Amino acid sequence: MTTTGSYPTRRLIIQGAATVALLGLGNLPFAAIPALAAANDKYPEEAFKLKNEADAIKALYGRTAEPSDKVKLDAPEIAENGGVVPISVTTTLDKVTSISFFVAENPNALAASYKIPDGTLPGIANRLKMAKTSNVTAIVEADGKLYSATKEVKVTVGGCGG
Amino acid sequence: MASSIRVRATSNGDITEVQTLIQHPMDTGLVKDAKGELIPAHYIQELKFECNGKDVFVANWGTAVSKDPYVKFSFKGAKKGDDLKISWTDNKGGSDTITAKIA
Repeated sequence: MTTTGSYPTRRLIIQGAATVALLGLGNLPFAAIPALAAANDKYPEEAFKLKNEADAIKALYGRTAEPSDKVKLDAPEIAENGGVVPISVTTTLDKVTSISFFVAENPNALAASYKIPDGTLPGIANRLKMAKTSNVTAIVEADGKLYSATKEVKVTVGGCGG
Repeated sequence: MASSIRVRATSNGDITEVQTLIQHPMDTGLVKDAKGELIPAHYIQELKFECNGKDVFVANWGTAVSKDPYVKFSFKGAKKGDDLKISWTDNKGGSDTITAKIA
């Protein structure tokens, strides 16, 4: 497997961009293209603005994830302080290129997205804010496919104001 | 002023474990202050780790990352004494950089 092989999305985009240039269609299709640049180079501004989890996943990756028991999401059952919820994810999947965290009931579902370059282990621990009790989903992009794990975290005091 | 970034990078054979703590308000733009006025959003958008001229970890963050964010990850290919460069930028154009030695 070559290095470029593990970044199918990016290659598709480059190919797409080249096709557009060749066809002389101007920048018209570009409106949709940056949204597919999942965890590649640019900050996914749009995906962070979306409220709904499914929309945010779509904006970030352009496709849906399938649940997998190879993604291990570690989060507390009950978080007393929604402002600081320790959440971590590890996976046994190969060729992981990115990992993202979504909190379904937050004002904006996408919480964080991490790019995992070659040589970096697919395991992250971080701390997120949760507005209220919600499902937390971790999505792992591995070999061009999306795998997810979801867990409900009960929040007694929210962390997003109010 | 002390750096906003605190980092501990420890090498354990081939694997380097990195723990980082950054001082940042990470305001969501949804919280009101004592006067009832909204505190504008102020949060880190990108956090990057570079080692030996290569990105080893890139975080894109939204407002849902906790105040004074913490993140932990591990990577291969570095050894004791290598430099690890950490930099972040926030939505107001603020930024900070630090270079740490892997211990």
